[in-house]
Order: sequence, then structure tokens, then C-alpha cells
Amino acid sequence: MKKIAIVGYAQNKILASAGALNEVELIMPVVHKIFNNLGISQKEIDFTCSGSCDYLQGAAFAFVEGLSAIQTNPPIKESHVEMDAAWALYESMLKIQMGDADTALIYGFGKSSPGDLDSIISLQMDPYYISPLWPDRISLAALQAQVLLNNNIINKDEIMHAVIESRNNGLNNLNALIQTSITEDEYQKDLVLSSPLRALDCPPISDGASAMIIASEDKAFNFSSNPIWIKGIDHRIETSNLGARNLSSSPSIKSAMKSLDIENTAFDIAEIHTQFSHEYPFLRKLLNLENVPINLSGGPLVGNVMMAAGLDAIGKVYEQLSTNSYKRGLAHATSGPCLQHNMLVSLEKNS
Amino acid sequence: MNQEDKEKDYFESPIHLEYQYTAGAATTRFLNKVKEGKLVGQECPKCKAVYVPPRGSCPRDGIATNREVELVDQGCIESFTIVHIPIPGNPIVPPYVCAMIRLDGANISFLHLVDGIKLTDIRIGMRVKAVWKPKSEWRHSLENIKWFIPTDEPDVDVTKLRFKPE
Amino acid sequence: MIPAAVIGVGQTNYKAKRRDVSIAGLVREAIDKALLASDVEWDAIDAVILGKAPDMFEGVMMPELYLADAIGAVGKPVIRVHTAGSVGGSTAIIAASHVCSGKFDTVLTVTFEKQSESNATWALSPRYPYSPHINAGAGGYFAPFIREYIRRHNPPENIGWKVAVKDRINALKNPLAHLQILGIDEKMVSDSPMLWEPLRYLESCPSSDGACAMVIANKNLSNSRNAAWIKGMAVRSEGTLSAGRDEVNPQGGIDCAKDIYNQAGITNPRNEIDCAEIYVPFSWYEPMWLENLGFTDIGEGWKLTNEGLTELEGDLPINMSGGVLSSNPIGASGMIRFGEAALQVMGLAEDHQVKNAKVAMGHAYGGAAQFFSMWIVSSTKD
Repeated sequence: MKKIAIVGYAQNKILASAGALNEVELIMPVVHKIFNNLGISQKEIDFTCSGSCDYLQGAAFAFVEGLSAIQTNPPIKESHVEMDAAWALYESMLKIQMGDADTALIYGFGKSSPGDLDSIISLQMDPYYISPLWPDRISLAALQAQVLLNNNIINKDEIMHAVIESRNNGLNNLNALIQTSITEDEYQKDLVLSSPLRALDCPPISDGASAMIIASEDKAFNFSSNPIWIKGIDHRIETSNLGARNLSSSPSIKSAMKSLDIENTAFDIAEIHTQFSHEYPFLRKLLNLENVPINLSGGPLVGNVMMAAGLDAIGKVYEQLSTNSYKRGLAHATSGPCLQHNMLVSLEKNS
Repeated sequence: MNQEDKEKDYFESPIHLEYQYTAGAATTRFLNKVKEGKLVGQECPKCKAVYVPPRGSCPRDGIATNREVELVDQGCIESFTIVHIPIPGNPIVPPYVCAMIRLDGANISFLHLVDGIKLTDIRIGMRVKAVWKPKSEWRHSLENIKWFIPTDEPDVDVTKLRFKPE
Repeated sequence: MIPAAVIGVGQTNYKAKRRDVSIAGLVREAIDKALLASDVEWDAIDAVILGKAPDMFEGVMMPELYLADAIGAVGKPVIRVHTAGSVGGSTAIIAASHVCSGKFDTVLTVTFEKQSESNATWALSPRYPYSPHINAGAGGYFAPFIREYIRRHNPPENIGWKVAVKDRINALKNPLAHLQILGIDEKMVSDSPMLWEPLRYLESCPSSDGACAMVIANKNLSNSRNAAWIKGMAVRSEGTLSAGRDEVNPQGGIDCAKDIYNQAGITNPRNEIDCAEIYVPFSWYEPMWLENLGFTDIGEGWKLTNEGLTELEGDLPINMSGGVLSSNPIGASGMIRFGEAALQVMGLAEDHQVKNAKVAMGHAYGGAAQFFSMWIVSSTKD
């Protein structure tokens, strides 16, 4: 199997509302930023793949609009997933592994501010039985939080500390939307939205875009003297029927760990796509990350651009490995209600 | 009603979502000028192609179109169709002409209506000019132009319209 | 690149409203047929690749989540592709990429559309307060490009009618096809109502419910089965409003075709390709794409149609299944082209089989004629 490395990552500053920026105006700055960082242009890219979701901004073909941000003369090899751009990365890696490309540009973008995300996410459920009940995203997450609490897999203290820690970490992240810390007292006084989840346990509505460039072993050093290798990537989905799921565990994550053979790997750093605070202690235990610095970026609780946040987790691990002494990192991306679909990416420096 | 709908073996469960749409910064600049009765395209700083209405980028070069270029409200018909079916929720009564209008000085065309001519006389390459609605009705929309009507000028060879960078 | 082949194709029947099944049921119907045709069990499937056009067609956001069970993806990787009208083709290509990468032995891919679940016209035409409301649907969008083709090359008026008749005659030999128009002839087409000049009602595609699935495998399974070996596959995209773009003969289509011919070692597509399923939602797109794909010189495409060469018994049969003009579940329409090409080289196309078809092409396009996906399949591995 061909070795593939991340050679660049860029992220727009996350905004509560990108206001009047259209898809082109959202995507172009971050793509130019990553090109400028590497001193390259679209001409050096063999394959381009994006992730976005039309329902967020309520217009069909957001990715078609967004493509106008990219140089497409001559026409390019390009594709799109209606998913988080972490899966666009996955698709791009297949293209490199099969020999169809040596380099790929991946970008994800999302604007959650124009619509009502609570209602929109209801449309991810069974359209005959569940969606007509309009379950909102926070209540769905709260179901899992309650199961985890009742089974003593996590406790309320751990949930609170996940929020406090994320906020503190976010202070060092220039792109974070929320850059304020909170105290235990403030947390305890916060409004409960859907028991047991408080407003502070939920990610902020966020707009933004991110981009990443990967390259085969043959090309990686043309772009970077310090490429970060993707040692393994795996993703799995679980049943859509919440009543049939064991919400106190994650068979998809467990099988991904097994397939990547990372159950006993000592990671130095991790970024996990924990949109709700209770997912943080849950996954920290499940992923054997108890003594590992997690979400130094602050994670989704300080900025959660739908359809880019999973790619961001991978990008943030890349940044940490590139700039610090850490050697091995784990990234996690998720999709769907209650961590239905999970991806794990293990990254390594100087392998 | 479709034949298959006769038996009521289904129910309707409408999805109602509200969005705050935004036009985009480049489009907003364009629409602010349209409200004043002006058509202002945007030029690619590299290949000099002029886009109207602008989306804020030149996909030829993948860069932003920052320079504004005021255009005249006349041009030619790059191609057209005569629409014979009504558009759901639209008051325009068929048949009507939906044409790709290429403004003079622009390097892409946009769809708009053509009127003031017998349907059988309309041609690709025909010169047209805008008919604006009364100023009191102007808002942030290309609908400020009621439609385009033919002028007396000779037809244009549309094969020469294709943009080629210098 | 690891060789990959289609070892089974499954299609639902296509009709305006499949009210007898849920979305999950529709998708599963195609999958069950594909698994049966492939002679594989669920445990052989390593990953599932799902494709469809905008979520708003059914009102289900990111439907791989809801469909995880129906598509047999639980515990496996699943990817949801969306590349506008070309999605059925690009989904097949991404599925094949899973195998060609060496990461997977056997994958299942499925595409669908169940437009009857919602109002597709509404879904594609949000009324932005700042845009003129003159969008007259896909036909209204493509008709000016067709008129420009006619202006450039001056073909006889009845070329579009001929394509409409030919594809519907083919559909009569495909029991799954949506439109089954007995007695179809040029007069019936030219008498049908004008919709978007020069396109008449019978020169336009229907709106269908339906799904198409395929099993794609490496040699482990393909060597011992009737298989359609993938000899070349490619995608191309270009920005919608790009100055200098030729919407009538887009560069993306030209480049994409050259790419797959190179991969497949084809130097003369007209002679070396036995038949093709190409994406023709409006009649005139047959001659337009014949030129764009290099089957003939620019301006000559309509002559192939006119001489009957694209008929089922002709020299270069096109859209033997009846094509998009006869069945159009949008998200699946591209995969149907790819799957029907595979069926031809596997010799499984039954009444619409081209005799001795060994090499076939599948083609799809989408957006403003700006997204392209294509593949070449062959009855032999080498």
C-alpha cells in the first residue's frame, strides 16, 4: 500500500455567522491560504475532493457553487461527498493508492447560521417514523449522555471538566469561535437544554471552511520537509435505529481500532470530534487516551463547522505533530446522531 | 393528478424549514448597483474576463474578481429557448422567450426574458437592449429589467463572442 | 492499479411513483438483485458506496445514515457521493477505486432517486429574493445549448425526433424501463407538445423513481465469474460560469473521454467500442455527445443518428436500454448507464443485447454540462 502524507492544512477563522459570504467567498480564502503556505497552485493538484451538505444552507448544489472558487481551466479531476470532508480525505487517499493521483486537495465548508440546525438535523432520521417527530440534535445527543451516565461509564463531573478543559484549550486557538474560559460555578448555573445536557455542553453554531493537501510518498517531500504520514484510516457506520443501538459503547469505533491495530498504541496527542461534552470522557476511555492530551485546539465545543469539523480534527493533529515534539497522533471524525458513523486516522512523524 | 394518485395510499408530511439567505459579498455589490439601475460586472485581474452577474470569482484562474466594470444595458442573444410550459408559482404566461443575454463588454451571459418581437423572428446573434421597470419598482434584483427588446443594429456573429485571454 | 470488474448489476423497475416501497425498500430491491446476480453473500461485501442527487429530492439529509441498515453497511465503511447529475457514474468510479486501491476485495455500490417523495421542482428552485424567477427547469436550461448546436451545424429538424423514437423503441425491449410507448414514431414525437423550443415533450426525459446497484470485485471473485472488467474510468469538472467555456462541446467531456480511451488503449473509439450508454436526457444530446466523446468529428454527430447507426442493430448502438429518455431516477441515471454497459459485455442484456458486444462505454454528465464521469468495460481481463 502506498504511503500517503499530509503536507498542508489551513482553516478559516470560525465565525458565528459568515454573514453575506457565499460559498465561493467562504472557500477561496482558505484554498489560497494553503496554496500560499506551500507555494503551489491548483496545477500541482491531481485530484480535488470536497465535503458539504446542502441542507445546512438550504440550497441544492452548494458544492457546485463552491467549485467556482477553484481553478478549473483546464477541467480538473474532482469529486464531492455529501458528508464531512474527512470522508473526502478518505476518497482522495483511494485515488492516490490506486495510482490515479499523487496529490490531492481536500476542502470542507459549512454554514449552519442561515437555518435552524436543530430542525435540520431531524431530517437525518428515518423519514417515516422518526423525522416527522422532529427530534432535535441536542435531545438526540442527550439520550446517549443519559445512557452513559446511568451505566456509570461517565459521570457529571467528567462532563463538566470536558467543557472547562475545551474552553481553556480554545484560548490558544486563534481560529476558535469561542475564546472565553468558564468556571465550575458558571457551568453549574447554566441552563439545562435537554437533560442532562446544558447549553455549555453543546457546540456553537459555526460557519467556516478548511482545506488540506495530501501527497504520495513520491511527491510529499516536494511540498514539505516534514510530511506527517497517515499510518492508518478506517471508518464504520452503525445502525440508524437508535432503539437497536447499544449507546453505552461504540462497535464502529472498536472495530476501526482493531482494523488499524491501534488498541495498544501509545499516542502522544489526539483530536476527537466530540460535538457534545459527554462524548469526550466516553471516547477518551474507549480510545485508551486517558493520559493523552486531547483536543488542544479546544475541539468542537469552541467551534464546530459542520462538514469541516471532522477534517479539522485530522488537521489539528497534523499541526501539533508538525510544530511540536509529539510523534504519534490520533484523530477522530464522526457523522450522524449519537456518534453513528466514526472514522479514526492515525498519524505519525518521521516514520 | 397522476393516475397513480387515485388510491390514497400515501400521506403528506410537509417539511417546513426557514433560512436566512444571503446573496454573497460580490453579488451584493452587484445588486446594490442594480438597485440604482446600473449593470456592473467584475473583472478577473489575471485574464481580464468580465463576469456579470458576478459570483466573486473567475473559475479560469481560481481568483477573486475585484475590479468593477460598468457595462451598458445592451448586448446580444447568445442563444435562447421559447418556453411553452408555465413555471410553478411564476406569473409569466407562456409562451415566452428565455434567452442567454451577453452584454457588450461581458464574457459570460445570463438568462433573461426577451419581448417586443414576433416569436418566429427571434434569432441567435440578435442585438437587444434592456427595458427597465419604472424606477419606483427598483429593488435588489435583475428583475428591475422587465425584459430585453431587439434594436435595429445588425446581428452579431456569436462564434466571435467566445472569450480568449490576450 | 489492481484490476476490478463488475460481477453483478441489479436494477429496480422504473416508474413515476414507486409507492409500493419505502426509500429503504427501493434501494434494497436493487441491492438484492445485484447480490443475486453476483452470486455473493453479504459477508463478502467489504464496503458500501452510496450515491444520489440532492437530498432535497426526498427530504432526507445525508441518507446513508438512515439507510445504513437497508444497504447492509452496518459495521462497514460507507461513503455518500454527490456530484450532481453525473453522480451515478462517479459513484461507480469511487466504488471501483475502493477495489483498485487494493484496500478492499469486494464492494457494493448503489444509487437511487425517489422523486415522488417530494416535489423535485421545488427542491431545485428555491425562490431567492434577489434572483429573477425565470428558471424554466432543466429543459429550459439546456434548450439554448441545443439551439446553438443546431445553429452551428445545421442538421435536419427531425434528428431529435429520431433519437426520441430510437430510445423508446429500445425501451420496449427493456421491461424495467419507465416509458413503454407502443407505436412510437417520428410523427408522435413531432405532434407532442412543444415544451422548450426546440424540445418537445417526447424529446424530454421523464422523472422516475428507481435504484441501481452493482457489485465490484477484484480477481478473487471476478476470475471465476462472468465479469465486466473496468479498462478505464475518469471524472472531470469545470466551474459553472467560466468565461470561454463551451457549453455545447465542453472541454471536460473531451478530456474525460480521452483519459479513459488512453487507459483502455483505445485509439479509434468508433471502431473499438461496440456500444455505449450515454447520458441523453434531451434528444439532441445524442449527436452532441457523440461529437464530444470523439466518436465522430465535430458537426458530424447528427449524421450517425440520421443514418440509423446508433440503433440497436446499427454499427454503433447507443442507449440500448432506452436511456435516460426512457427512465430517469436522477441519482441512479448515471449508474444505470455504467451498469447497462457492464451487462452488454457480460452478455446479460437480454432483449436489448448487442450481438458480440465486447467493449462498452458508460457515460454520465451533470450540472450545467460541467461534471463528467465515464468508464470503459470489457468482457476480457487482458
